[in-house]
Amino acid sequence: MRKVARAALQIVLYAGFAYAVGYLSFWPRYHYASPDMAAVKVSLSHAANHVKPCVKLTPQQIAELAPNMRRSVLCERQRLPLIFELDVDGNAALRIEALPSGLWSDGLSSVYERFDLSPGEHRISTRIRDTARTDGWDYVYEEDVTFAAGRYRTITFKPEKGGFSIR
Amino acid sequence: MAFLKRIIRLLFARAETVFDWSFGQRNSPLANLGALGWYFFWIVAATGIYLYLFFDTGITDAYNSVEYITHDQWYAAGVMRSVHRYASDALVIVMFLHILREFSLDRLRGRRFFAWITGVPLIWFVYMCGITGYWLVWDKLAQYIAIATTEWFDTLPFFGEPIANNFLDSTTLGGRFFTLMVFMHIFAPLFMLFLMWLHIQRHARARVNPPRPLALGTAISLLVLSLVYPAVSQGPADLDVVPATLNFDWYYLAAYPILDVIPGGQLWLILVGGSIFLSLLPWIPPKKSMPAAVVNLDNCNGCARCAEDCPFGAITMEPRSDGTVYDTEAVVNESHCMSCGLCVGACPTATPFRRATAIVAGIELPDQTMSELRERTIEASARFGAEPRVLVYTCNTANAAVLGDMGAQVITMPCVAMLPPAFIDFTLSRDLADGVMLAGCAEGDCFYRLGDSWTKQRVAGDRDPYLRKRVQRERLHLSWLPQGSARRRKQEFAEFIASLSKLPPPKRGSRNA
Repeated sequence: MRKVARAALQIVLYAGFAYAVGYLSFWPRYHYASPDMAAVKVSLSHAANHVKPCVKLTPQQIAELAPNMRRSVLCERQRLPLIFELDVDGNAALRIEALPSGLWSDGLSSVYERFDLSPGEHRISTRIRDTARTDGWDYVYEEDVTFAAGRYRTITFKPEKGGFSIR
Repeated sequence: MAFLKRIIRLLFARAETVFDWSFGQRNSPLANLGALGWYFFWIVAATGIYLYLFFDTGITDAYNSVEYITHDQWYAAGVMRSVHRYASDALVIVMFLHILREFSLDRLRGRRFFAWITGVPLIWFVYMCGITGYWLVWDKLAQYIAIATTEWFDTLPFFGEPIANNFLDSTTLGGRFFTLMVFMHIFAPLFMLFLMWLHIQRHARARVNPPRPLALGTAISLLVLSLVYPAVSQGPADLDVVPATLNFDWYYLAAYPILDVIPGGQLWLILVGGSIFLSLLPWIPPKKSMPAAVVNLDNCNGCARCAEDCPFGAITMEPRSDGTVYDTEAVVNESHCMSCGLCVGACPTATPFRRATAIVAGIELPDQTMSELRERTIEASARFGAEPRVLVYTCNTANAAVLGDMGAQVITMPCVAMLPPAFIDFTLSRDLADGVMLAGCAEGDCFYRLGDSWTKQRVAGDRDPYLRKRVQRERLHLSWLPQGSARRRKQEFAEFIASLSKLPPPKRGSRNA
């Protein structure tokens, strides 16, 4: 009788183990985002201008350089931060100053943001300043975009492909 | 810290009572958590190899190949997929229980730190294996994991461009990063296996296989779970669609929702800081180590029994250095020695019967010599007030001191297996007691790993040095109980007393030995 009770308890404990494994493997469900909202991803990587403008070297200056270091233009490595702004329907949604990457601050400045937005049509305005200017913008873009619930829209920026695009 | 350990210990003790009764001490899952971890790892590895035969590593075809595995070949690959997943989950369960239990039993401190600190990176590897595995299915959950993980990694200042760009939308989706995940899901477990090997390096005869009944029981549980509730995908990933609600594997993904609340950088700080804190636990607070065992070459004949019995691989046999006729001598590695005394119990020269010369064993604990143990035995015998006189040899962790209230004389040592069997013979043949009780930790769960096994084998005559046949086995009781089992220990003692009372009186000899 005692042996049967022990075996029965073992079955119960094994069942409890399987239940614990199975339950937390699926439940409770995780609500990552509201299905009633649209989502926007902003991603751009862009090198801002150098802190000081590049200097064109004279032939004599070029000749003075070591043969493997010769170049026609001399640029400081450090770059400016990239200023990025995004408005939705005229209201500020993002204001970001992205620092250049790299140990010498000579790399790309990157912006990656994700936020929710109510579905429907919205006016999206984006701006970038990548030079040393203190006012005004180097790239400006505006578009009326329709956002659908439960779907992503992606805002990217590639100057070589015409600047901003919203997909 | 001590209070926390006591609370956790208490909870485990409660659970152990139930598990020990049902499974038996040796087969209890709680006494085999480390071995179960190994077992689940091998299940995951074996099922993973089978699944890989049918898995397409291209990002566009991965989902379809997993669907084939799950539905078209449900009877084999589908079941394998479910077992693969559930065994991975079970691995997380036993891993954390193992950590908690070893912590509560204080089996991480002093010279035992090595297994603990090599275990900490293992936690990271378990998660790396699990998370990359979910990634490979390339369903909605994988999509979420891909985005959340890359966004989290982008909070580190290492990447020139955000790696989350790889999963920006369906037009930017590339296979390179996915291929990296496939690579990691294969090679991370291999490195994890190396770490698991390292984890047990200072454990002689490390238990890497659970007892067969337990292995069978857990395997059947996972198989039944896989058949009743098979693991399925959550629809193909679509980077243009928000994966709003997900069935979540909380064993592996519990940290992800935290990213909704705190920035990724803070989560890194918590996890890395937590790991560093965990690694430092063996030294919080600092613990003074007992002096390591010392070899007395004059009495060491190089029999190697101490090296054979050391649970921590702290003794090696080296060429003789004293010019005697013996080939080898025992050498103790002090940085590995736990001062458990199991080597002393194994030494054939550790006999209390010697009269002509001083009692010095071939290997001894400097602060608890055999000579002192003999004196303590004789002194304890002189203190008996009532009959039957029972001498209890116990270890530091077994909490058998309570038996002193029941008339027993209790002699405490680091481990019961430190007692050479000759001492039992000595105690009974010299009429120093009517009965001897060896009270140790639970079976298969000795604080010093192998003390219960060696003691039982020595008493049974299966392991040198064995207990002489002339010793009346009715006058010897072995009591193996987990910590905090004072009531059960008293009950066993009372039963032993009762059984001794029924025996004919022993032949009285000299009590002065």
